[in-house]
Amino acid sequence: MADLDAGTTRVVRPLSPHLQIYRPMLTMLMSIAHRITGAALYFGMALLAWWLLAAASGPNAYAVFTWFLGTVIGKLILFGYTWALIHHMLGGIRHLIWDTLHGFEPAERERLALATIAGSIALTLLIWVAGYFAMGGPR
Amino acid sequence: MKAPAHMRTPMRRVQGLGAAHSGTRDFWHQRLTSVAAIPLTIALVLIVVALLGRSHAAVVQILGSPLIAIVMLLFIVTTAYHMWIGMQEIILDYVHADKWKLPSLLANTFFVFVVAFCCCYAIFKLSFGV
Repeated sequence: MADLDAGTTRVVRPLSPHLQIYRPMLTMLMSIAHRITGAALYFGMALLAWWLLAAASGPNAYAVFTWFLGTVIGKLILFGYTWALIHHMLGGIRHLIWDTLHGFEPAERERLALATIAGSIALTLLIWVAGYFAMGGPR
Repeated sequence: MKAPAHMRTPMRRVQGLGAAHSGTRDFWHQRLTSVAAIPLTIALVLIVVALLGRSHAAVVQILGSPLIAIVMLLFIVTTAYHMWIGMQEIILDYVHADKWKLPSLLANTFFVFVVAFCCCYAIFKLSFGV
Protein backbone atom coordinates (compact mmCIF):
# COMPACT_ATOMS: atom_id res chain seq x y z
CA MET A 1 0.00 0.00 0.00
CA ALA A 2 2.88 2.31 0.72
CA ASP A 3 3.99 1.95 -2.89
CA LEU A 4 0.57 2.85 -4.19
CA ASP A 5 0.34 5.89 -1.99
CA ALA A 6 3.71 7.08 -3.15
CA GLY A 7 2.57 6.65 -6.76
CA THR A 8 5.72 4.75 -7.68
CA THR A 9 3.96 1.69 -9.13
CA ARG A 10 1.32 1.54 -11.84
CA VAL A 11 -1.41 -0.95 -11.17
CA VAL A 12 -2.46 -2.59 -14.42
CA ARG A 13 -6.19 -3.05 -14.13
CA PRO A 14 -8.33 -4.75 -16.75
CA LEU A 15 -10.13 -2.30 -19.04
CA SER A 16 -13.65 -2.83 -20.21
CA PRO A 17 -13.67 -4.10 -23.80
CA HIS A 18 -14.47 -1.62 -26.54
CA LEU A 19 -15.69 -2.00 -30.12
CA GLN A 20 -12.49 -3.48 -31.57
CA ILE A 21 -12.70 -6.59 -29.40
CA TYR A 22 -16.01 -7.78 -30.85
CA ARG A 23 -16.51 -9.64 -34.12
CA PRO A 24 -18.32 -7.22 -36.45
CA MET A 25 -21.99 -8.09 -36.64
CA LEU A 26 -24.68 -6.74 -38.93
CA THR A 27 -26.74 -5.24 -36.08
CA MET A 28 -23.62 -3.56 -34.72
CA LEU A 29 -22.74 -2.12 -38.14
CA MET A 30 -26.32 -0.84 -38.48
CA SER A 31 -26.02 0.87 -35.11
CA ILE A 32 -22.80 2.59 -36.18
CA ALA A 33 -24.32 3.46 -39.56
CA HIS A 34 -27.30 5.06 -37.80
CA ARG A 35 -25.03 7.39 -35.86
CA ILE A 36 -22.79 8.20 -38.84
CA THR A 37 -25.75 8.92 -41.16
CA GLY A 38 -27.30 11.05 -38.40
CA ALA A 39 -24.12 13.12 -38.09
CA ALA A 40 -23.85 13.41 -41.89
CA LEU A 41 -27.46 14.59 -42.15
CA TYR A 42 -26.71 17.14 -39.42
CA PHE A 43 -24.18 18.86 -41.68
CA GLY A 44 -26.31 18.08 -44.74
CA MET A 45 -28.93 20.49 -43.37
CA ALA A 46 -26.54 23.25 -44.50
CA LEU A 47 -27.18 22.06 -48.07
CA LEU A 48 -30.95 22.40 -47.55
CA ALA A 49 -30.37 25.91 -46.15
CA TRP A 50 -28.25 26.79 -49.20
CA TRP A 51 -30.97 25.50 -51.56
CA LEU A 52 -33.75 27.49 -49.85
CA LEU A 53 -31.65 30.66 -49.46
CA ALA A 54 -30.57 30.43 -53.11
CA ALA A 55 -34.21 30.13 -54.21
CA ALA A 56 -35.13 33.09 -51.99
CA SER A 57 -32.19 35.19 -53.20
CA GLY A 58 -32.89 35.11 -56.93
CA PRO A 59 -32.18 33.45 -60.28
CA ASN A 60 -28.41 34.04 -60.18
CA ALA A 61 -27.91 32.52 -56.73
CA TYR A 62 -30.19 29.63 -57.74
CA ALA A 63 -28.16 29.05 -60.90
CA VAL A 64 -24.97 28.74 -58.82
CA PHE A 65 -26.69 26.16 -56.58
CA THR A 66 -28.03 24.06 -59.47
CA TRP A 67 -24.64 24.29 -61.20
CA PHE A 68 -22.96 22.87 -58.07
CA LEU A 69 -25.43 19.99 -57.83
CA GLY A 70 -24.83 19.25 -61.51
CA THR A 71 -21.12 18.62 -60.94
CA VAL A 72 -19.85 15.11 -60.17
CA ILE A 73 -19.06 16.08 -56.55
CA GLY A 74 -22.47 17.71 -56.17
CA LYS A 75 -24.22 14.61 -57.48
CA LEU A 76 -22.18 12.34 -55.20
CA ILE A 77 -23.07 14.51 -52.19
CA LEU A 78 -26.76 14.50 -53.12
CA PHE A 79 -26.73 10.73 -53.70
CA GLY A 80 -25.05 10.20 -50.31
CA TYR A 81 -27.54 12.61 -48.74
CA THR A 82 -30.45 10.65 -50.20
CA TRP A 83 -29.13 7.32 -48.96
CA ALA A 84 -28.22 8.71 -45.52
CA LEU A 85 -31.68 10.26 -45.15
CA ILE A 86 -33.53 7.06 -46.10
CA HIS A 87 -31.19 4.82 -44.11
CA HIS A 88 -31.53 6.97 -41.00
CA MET A 89 -35.31 7.07 -41.41
CA LEU A 90 -35.59 3.26 -41.76
CA GLY A 91 -33.10 2.79 -38.91
CA GLY A 92 -35.25 5.12 -36.83
CA ILE A 93 -38.38 3.11 -37.62
CA ARG A 94 -36.44 0.03 -36.45
CA HIS A 95 -35.70 1.81 -33.18
CA LEU A 96 -39.37 2.76 -32.80
CA ILE A 97 -40.30 -0.93 -33.27
CA TRP A 98 -37.81 -1.81 -30.53
CA ASP A 99 -39.35 0.89 -28.32
CA THR A 100 -42.56 -1.15 -28.37
CA LEU A 101 -40.52 -4.14 -27.07
CA HIS A 102 -40.85 -6.06 -30.32
CA GLY A 103 -38.15 -7.45 -32.61
CA PHE A 104 -35.51 -8.36 -30.05
CA GLU A 105 -35.13 -12.07 -30.95
CA PRO A 106 -31.80 -12.86 -32.69
CA ALA A 107 -33.48 -13.79 -35.99
CA GLU A 108 -35.76 -10.73 -35.83
CA ARG A 109 -32.84 -8.39 -35.14
CA GLU A 110 -30.99 -9.80 -38.13
CA ARG A 111 -34.07 -9.52 -40.34
CA LEU A 112 -34.68 -5.91 -39.29
CA ALA A 113 -31.04 -5.04 -40.03
CA LEU A 114 -31.23 -6.66 -43.47
CA ALA A 115 -34.55 -4.96 -44.18
CA THR A 116 -33.04 -1.58 -43.23
CA ILE A 117 -30.10 -1.87 -45.60
CA ALA A 118 -32.06 -3.49 -48.46
CA GLY A 119 -34.84 -0.94 -48.05
CA SER A 120 -32.50 2.05 -47.95
CA ILE A 121 -30.66 0.95 -51.11
CA ALA A 122 -33.89 0.13 -52.98
CA LEU A 123 -35.65 3.37 -51.99
CA THR A 124 -32.58 5.50 -52.79
CA LEU A 125 -32.37 3.99 -56.28
CA LEU A 126 -36.14 4.44 -56.72
CA ILE A 127 -35.90 8.12 -55.74
CA TRP A 128 -33.03 8.68 -58.17
CA VAL A 129 -34.88 6.95 -61.02
CA ALA A 130 -37.88 9.19 -60.23
CA GLY A 131 -35.54 12.19 -60.16
CA TYR A 132 -34.01 11.15 -63.46
CA PHE A 133 -37.43 11.15 -65.11
CA ALA A 134 -38.40 14.40 -63.34
CA MET A 135 -35.32 15.97 -64.94
CA GLY A 136 -36.65 14.89 -68.36
CA GLY A 137 -35.41 11.31 -68.54
CA PRO A 138 -33.40 10.08 -71.55
CA ARG A 139 -33.22 12.89 -74.09
CA MET B 1 -32.13 15.34 13.80
CA LYS B 2 -30.07 13.54 11.20
CA ALA B 3 -31.72 10.58 9.47
CA PRO B 4 -29.73 7.34 9.60
CA ALA B 5 -27.94 6.51 6.33
CA HIS B 6 -30.12 3.50 5.60
CA MET B 7 -33.27 5.62 5.52
CA ARG B 8 -32.16 7.44 2.40
CA THR B 9 -34.24 6.35 -0.55
CA PRO B 10 -33.39 6.58 -4.26
CA MET B 11 -35.80 9.56 -4.38
CA ARG B 12 -32.93 11.82 -3.40
CA ARG B 13 -31.09 10.99 -6.61
CA VAL B 14 -34.21 10.81 -8.77
CA GLN B 15 -35.09 14.41 -7.90
CA GLY B 16 -31.77 15.46 -9.45
CA LEU B 17 -33.03 13.86 -12.69
CA GLY B 18 -29.67 12.33 -13.54
CA ALA B 19 -26.45 13.77 -14.91
CA ALA B 20 -28.20 16.04 -17.43
CA HIS B 21 -30.74 17.23 -14.79
CA SER B 22 -33.50 16.72 -17.34
CA GLY B 23 -34.35 13.05 -16.73
CA THR B 24 -35.68 11.28 -19.80
CA ARG B 25 -36.93 14.43 -21.53
CA ASP B 26 -34.37 14.27 -24.36
CA PHE B 27 -35.10 10.56 -24.89
CA TRP B 28 -38.82 11.22 -25.18
CA HIS B 29 -38.45 14.31 -27.38
CA GLN B 30 -36.14 12.37 -29.72
CA ARG B 31 -38.92 9.79 -30.17
CA LEU B 32 -41.54 12.50 -30.59
CA THR B 33 -39.56 14.26 -33.32
CA SER B 34 -38.60 10.98 -35.01
CA VAL B 35 -42.25 9.94 -35.39
CA ALA B 36 -43.10 13.38 -36.81
CA ALA B 37 -40.08 13.23 -39.12
CA ILE B 38 -41.28 10.09 -40.96
CA PRO B 39 -44.18 11.65 -42.93
CA LEU B 40 -42.30 14.97 -43.17
CA THR B 41 -39.21 13.30 -44.69
CA ILE B 42 -41.35 11.46 -47.24
CA ALA B 43 -43.02 14.79 -48.08
CA LEU B 44 -39.63 16.54 -48.41
CA VAL B 45 -38.33 13.88 -50.81
CA LEU B 46 -41.50 14.16 -52.94
CA ILE B 47 -41.22 17.98 -53.00
CA VAL B 48 -37.53 17.91 -53.98
CA VAL B 49 -38.11 15.33 -56.74
CA ALA B 50 -41.07 17.36 -58.04
CA LEU B 51 -38.92 20.53 -58.16
CA LEU B 52 -35.92 18.92 -59.95
CA GLY B 53 -35.11 20.57 -63.24
CA ARG B 54 -37.73 23.32 -62.86
CA SER B 55 -36.93 26.96 -63.49
CA HIS B 56 -36.17 29.34 -60.63
CA ALA B 57 -39.52 31.08 -61.09
CA ALA B 58 -41.41 27.78 -60.81
CA VAL B 59 -39.41 26.70 -57.74
CA VAL B 60 -40.12 30.04 -56.03
CA GLN B 61 -43.82 29.78 -56.75
CA ILE B 62 -44.15 26.18 -55.53
CA LEU B 63 -41.99 26.57 -52.39
CA GLY B 64 -43.93 29.71 -51.49
CA SER B 65 -47.36 28.10 -51.83
CA PRO B 66 -49.05 27.66 -48.43
CA LEU B 67 -49.21 23.86 -48.19
CA ILE B 68 -45.63 23.27 -49.38
CA ALA B 69 -44.27 26.12 -47.22
CA ILE B 70 -46.01 24.78 -44.10
CA VAL B 71 -44.71 21.24 -44.72
CA MET B 72 -41.20 22.62 -45.25
CA LEU B 73 -41.39 24.67 -42.03
CA LEU B 74 -42.62 21.65 -40.07
CA PHE B 75 -39.79 19.56 -41.53
CA ILE B 76 -37.18 22.21 -40.64
CA VAL B 77 -38.35 22.74 -37.04
CA THR B 78 -38.81 19.01 -36.35
CA THR B 79 -35.43 18.02 -37.81
CA ALA B 80 -33.61 20.94 -36.20
CA TYR B 81 -34.74 19.85 -32.74
CA HIS B 82 -34.10 16.18 -33.56
CA MET B 83 -30.56 16.82 -34.78
CA TRP B 84 -29.82 19.13 -31.85
CA ILE B 85 -30.61 16.32 -29.39
CA GLY B 86 -28.76 13.77 -31.55
CA MET B 87 -25.54 15.78 -31.86
CA GLN B 88 -25.66 16.59 -28.14
CA GLU B 89 -25.84 12.84 -27.44
CA ILE B 90 -22.84 12.19 -29.70
CA ILE B 91 -20.85 14.98 -28.01
CA LEU B 92 -21.70 13.71 -24.52
CA ASP B 93 -20.62 10.19 -25.60
CA TYR B 94 -17.19 11.14 -26.92
CA VAL B 95 -16.14 14.49 -25.46
CA HIS B 96 -15.41 14.21 -21.75
CA ALA B 97 -13.15 17.15 -20.87
CA ASP B 98 -15.13 20.27 -19.95
CA LYS B 99 -12.59 22.31 -21.92
CA TRP B 100 -13.92 20.77 -25.14
CA LYS B 101 -17.36 19.62 -24.05
CA LEU B 102 -18.85 23.03 -23.28
CA PRO B 103 -17.64 24.71 -26.52
CA SER B 104 -18.88 21.66 -28.49
CA LEU B 105 -22.33 21.90 -26.91
CA LEU B 106 -22.41 25.66 -27.61
CA ALA B 107 -21.32 25.11 -31.21
CA ASN B 108 -24.05 22.48 -31.61
CA THR B 109 -26.75 24.89 -30.45
CA PHE B 110 -25.41 27.77 -32.57
CA PHE B 111 -25.15 25.62 -35.72
CA VAL B 112 -28.68 24.28 -35.34
CA PHE B 113 -30.15 27.75 -34.74
CA VAL B 114 -28.28 29.33 -37.67
CA VAL B 115 -29.23 26.57 -40.12
CA ALA B 116 -32.85 26.44 -38.95
CA PHE B 117 -33.24 30.24 -39.04
CA CYS B 118 -31.71 30.41 -42.54
CA CYS B 119 -34.18 27.78 -43.77
CA CYS B 120 -37.19 29.40 -42.08
CA TYR B 121 -36.23 32.90 -43.25
CA ALA B 122 -35.94 31.62 -46.83
CA ILE B 123 -39.35 29.95 -46.67
CA PHE B 124 -40.93 33.12 -45.19
CA LYS B 125 -39.34 35.25 -47.90
CA LEU B 126 -40.54 32.84 -50.58
CA SER B 127 -44.03 32.89 -49.05
CA PHE B 128 -44.49 36.60 -48.37
CA GLY B 129 -41.90 37.71 -50.90
CA VAL B 130 -40.40 41.08 -51.68
